[in-house]
Amino acid sequence: MDILALPRLIWEFLVYLFAVMPDLLPIILSLATPLALGALCGVLGERSGVVNIGIEGIMLMAAFFGYLTGFALHEPLGTGAALALGIVVAVATGAVLGLLYAWLTVTVRADQIIAGTMMNIAAFGVTGYLNRLIITPSGRGGAGVIPPFHLPDQLATLPFVGPILAMFLDQGPIAMSVIVLVLIAQFALFRTRWGLRTRAVGEHPKAADTVGINVFRQRYLNVIIGCGIAGLAGAYLTLESTGSFQNGMTNGRGFIALAAVIFGRWTPLGSFLGALLFGTATAFGIIVNVRPAEGDLGTLMKTIPTFWYAALPYLITVVILAGVVGRSTPPAADGIPYAKEGKG
Amino acid sequence: MSDKTPVLEMRGISKRFPGGTLANDSIDLDLGDREIHALLGENGAGKTTLMNILYGLVTPDEGEIRIDAAPVTIQGPADAIARGIGMVHQHFMLVPVLSVAENVVLGQEITSVDGVLDMRTAERRIRELADRLGFSVDPGVRVNQLSLGQQQRVEILKAIYRGARILVLDEPTAVLTPQETREIFSVLRRLREDGTSIIFISHKLDEVLEIADRVTVIRRGKVVGSRKPAQTNQDELAELMVGRAVSLRVDRGQSHPGDVALEVVGLRALDDRRHEMVRGVELSVRSGEIVGIAGVGGNGQDELVECVVGLRKPFAGTIRLAGRDITRLSVEARRDLGIAYVPADRQRFGLVLPYLLPDNFVLTRYGEVPYAGGLGGFVRQDQPIRSEAGRLAKEFDVRSSSLDVAASTLSGGNQQKVVVAREFRHDLKVLVVDQPTRGLDVGSIEFIHKQVIARRDAGVAVLLVSAELDEVLDLSDRILVMYRGRIVGTFASAEAQREKVGLLMATGEART
Amino acid sequence: MRRRLGRLGPTWAKASIPVYSIVLAFAVAAVVVIISSAFTATGFDPLLPLAAYLRLFAGAFGSGNGIANTLVAAAPLMFGGLAVGIGLKAGLFNIGVAGQFLVGAFTAAVIGAALATAPTIVGMPLAMLAGGLAGAVYGFIPGYLKARTGAHEVVTTIMLNNAAALLLTWAVNDLVRAPGFSFPRTADIGQSALPILAGRNLHLGIVFAIAAVLVIRWILVRTTLGFEIRTVGANPNAARYAGMRPIFITALTMTISGLLAGLAGAIQMLGVIGFYAPGITASVGFDSIAVALLGRSDPIGILFAALLFGAFRAGAPLMQIETSVPIEVIDIIQALVILFLAADLIVRKVFRVRAPKVEITEMATVTGSWGAGTPPPGTVS
Repeated sequence: MDILALPRLIWEFLVYLFAVMPDLLPIILSLATPLALGALCGVLGERSGVVNIGIEGIMLMAAFFGYLTGFALHEPLGTGAALALGIVVAVATGAVLGLLYAWLTVTVRADQIIAGTMMNIAAFGVTGYLNRLIITPSGRGGAGVIPPFHLPDQLATLPFVGPILAMFLDQGPIAMSVIVLVLIAQFALFRTRWGLRTRAVGEHPKAADTVGINVFRQRYLNVIIGCGIAGLAGAYLTLESTGSFQNGMTNGRGFIALAAVIFGRWTPLGSFLGALLFGTATAFGIIVNVRPAEGDLGTLMKTIPTFWYAALPYLITVVILAGVVGRSTPPAADGIPYAKEGKG
Repeated sequence: MSDKTPVLEMRGISKRFPGGTLANDSIDLDLGDREIHALLGENGAGKTTLMNILYGLVTPDEGEIRIDAAPVTIQGPADAIARGIGMVHQHFMLVPVLSVAENVVLGQEITSVDGVLDMRTAERRIRELADRLGFSVDPGVRVNQLSLGQQQRVEILKAIYRGARILVLDEPTAVLTPQETREIFSVLRRLREDGTSIIFISHKLDEVLEIADRVTVIRRGKVVGSRKPAQTNQDELAELMVGRAVSLRVDRGQSHPGDVALEVVGLRALDDRRHEMVRGVELSVRSGEIVGIAGVGGNGQDELVECVVGLRKPFAGTIRLAGRDITRLSVEARRDLGIAYVPADRQRFGLVLPYLLPDNFVLTRYGEVPYAGGLGGFVRQDQPIRSEAGRLAKEFDVRSSSLDVAASTLSGGNQQKVVVAREFRHDLKVLVVDQPTRGLDVGSIEFIHKQVIARRDAGVAVLLVSAELDEVLDLSDRILVMYRGRIVGTFASAEAQREKVGLLMATGEART
Repeated sequence: MRRRLGRLGPTWAKASIPVYSIVLAFAVAAVVVIISSAFTATGFDPLLPLAAYLRLFAGAFGSGNGIANTLVAAAPLMFGGLAVGIGLKAGLFNIGVAGQFLVGAFTAAVIGAALATAPTIVGMPLAMLAGGLAGAVYGFIPGYLKARTGAHEVVTTIMLNNAAALLLTWAVNDLVRAPGFSFPRTADIGQSALPILAGRNLHLGIVFAIAAVLVIRWILVRTTLGFEIRTVGANPNAARYAGMRPIFITALTMTISGLLAGLAGAIQMLGVIGFYAPGITASVGFDSIAVALLGRSDPIGILFAALLFGAFRAGAPLMQIETSVPIEVIDIIQALVILFLAADLIVRKVFRVRAPKVEITEMATVTGSWGAGTPPPGTVS
């Protein structure tokens, strides 16, 4: 290897990136979608003071029940209606589980990490059980996949702007809704009355209580809405991204979403960027196989075993947690159940 | 103050908490229009419970509340606020990361379209209100950047913003310097002129006599007397508060200082947020003397104490114990050399609440012989642990049904006695005590003060830190004042006057 | 009830909630089974749970074989439960048992295969030790990160679980693949296997497991190290004040936890499976959490909880074969048990229990350290 090898490799790498960008960006957003939605769930909860470790389980349950709805209804009602109802059921599943989780953590004041872990175990159990009981024996398939929108070619080939437009618009409806939800959440959290009260409840619930804010109601509301959004993430997995259900298909996304929350300093926009980061890591692994690089760079990339690319998002999560968490502070009352003093 | 119908009447209020404590026993209280009425009593007497009932945080078992002669039932804080009752709590109910304006309007936000906040209007109104009350405030500043005195004014703004006609202040001067206390008093007088009636909860006799139009004393949940300040004095009030003649000052006796036991030279240290909190502290403590550090909380005392004890690493400076450099030594090593520490927060640092008493009694010596033996000190020895626990409990009068109860079941006073018993050993060189009597009843306070003096007389060098200026003045042979991380004044006990010390505490400068 | 039990009173007080939780979990799971039976080919069957549970217990205890299966399944669960339990005692929630288990199993398989022809007395202990050490290293990583940077172990361990599966798949495929098999796997462990004690499959692992329970109990209750671990979990501030070193204890406890989980994997490998191939399931991972919570982080409690869950896992296949109720119902029961333990209010109302709440006080530290970040600067560790 001559002395120019390293700079040349870096140059080749940049050229390569530029070349695959139009394909890479949409993949990044699709991979980031469940993470970003899960992260929104995490942000809403933790900003109000409730840690939700169970996002993984909620996503999985919603994914399954959304799939089940499509599976059961696509013959009687047609694909379109079945898919639409599937999304509704998935979001509803998320919201109902959110209600359960809120009851456990806010009213019963059970430990939040145990409650979340329980939701995860329950999700694996219930979905595995029902999958084996109902879906697998039938041999039938599900309702299929929501057809994505396609950007007209003139727009997609515009320099610079094109790939970015493609990223956000060459997607299915759920993926397209992500940036909208993120922006709404960001505005709401910092510029509305609901947002102010949420933040107060998450930082100093007693102070909020003494000015007459109902801490419990605020937490219930945020957890339910957040878990509904996590349900949307589940719907994405089985109704927009793939068209099938596998046991345990969430594969750690719910936890990566939590890392994105911390990375984004508990803001919707920040955690969205975190989700994009993680999405990029996985996207990279895919692109390298689908559109491999040429020459020396290509050879170098091929010698790295594929498992490294697959493991990249998980390892990055660990690195991010180790490096970032120390420097940012969560909402002060995060994870601490609120108890009213001797009212009775 | 007039003879019209009282603005507020509380009649026959009683409250018993689960667990049996009778916090309020048939209490009657009146508040006249434009009156500042002080509620006096020691810690645990029931004053805060009574006010929590008024504010709707607690439901009374019996009794009636009337506002402007009409009976009311107060459902909760929102209801109390709607009825014109405002409360400034002892521990501020402000959200530190939010701004002044956000804190003031929280719960009654000014919104434009559909729930979107209109902070500009809010800030304008707040500035106007503050003006009316005679002080200025920057509504955009985050609360955690304000001094305690300023935060308290924000709390008052909160109440007035919501239209409070009855304002309750719970121990408002606990964290203030004498100067800030004077400032808050003038705000209160302005409020009174403006039409607000005020209930002022305190255990500080001199302040109560200065500000109040009437004083009601509560002891063990009952009203034991009501006086006008002009017709009473501190001694009478103290006796009413405690139920017996109380010597307000502990008899310290003469100190006989020996050699220098503890020396701190050029110490600099950061706090958890990487701010420099100790900025070059020099001090020394001789054996057989009590050196007290006076200062408003947050001026570096906690960090200084943590460095001395070994819980925090300074980034410059030296600490010496009897001439030996201990700056690099661990907490255990310093303990072995004879430094003991009674921490300010006994529940967070001093005890493990779920543990039974024997483990708490040997918490800081668990690895020493005879409490650990076999296999090179690996195996714990139950018998010696229990017998030591029994001995200490008896010697320090720790009241509990048995040794095998969790520390969480003890009262505050008894918990502190456990910590004190454990740390006040006989072979000490240096004793560091931080807020040793915070939140304790008078009996426990007396006991602990006597123990501290006994240690001093036995030759221990005592470093005392306390937010209670009176405690520092009473106990110390020498008084240091700490301000913004430096020692800004030294006094021998005889020359220390409250005013001088207070001024240094508040501003860091003596008046010329 | 308490008066009748006399001397057993306090033990029943501690055990009552877990026992009632199991009963209630079975009851609720029964409802799930009944309702879901409506969607199956065989149709709605209100008596299905009864039949299923009978088969479950028959499979677990109904024969010598069944009991052997139960003990075989319980052995790794004891190790796994101890792993989670000792972590909890220090205020750490080690969900990474699954990954540490796999790493331990893999290492035991490789070392065991390398020593396949050596005498068992040499190969078996070395393979077990290797598995334990591998688990210890894999537990040290999140432990060190938590201690040094505050990175919460709940997320890092799950990430490492996923990474472990991928890493080991690659290792079997590319590094230690045994020749001559149609699918990627390690070589046979031969004589490194755990000796059989009785019947067809009851191996020495159960003895090691019980020994581990006793050792860990002794450490926790009777030694200064155990005192330090428990204090760091109960009140890390007071621990520092008492001269303990929470950073060191945190890392050490996660390492011990990983060691135990690695041994769980080694036992399972050397006693049951015999070779490592990608796709080995590690239900031990989540089962260990339920076992530790059910046993209230107490080693003796964990012993009994492991036996119970071992019974479930041993009996479930028979239940599935004979009644078509999927084995995943065990996962559902497991989740319900945890639910009722966490929200013991429910159990108390249903069974009218008045025992004082025996809290897992260390959970306050587990959840309280979420996002707590780096230990303060200038802290002496």
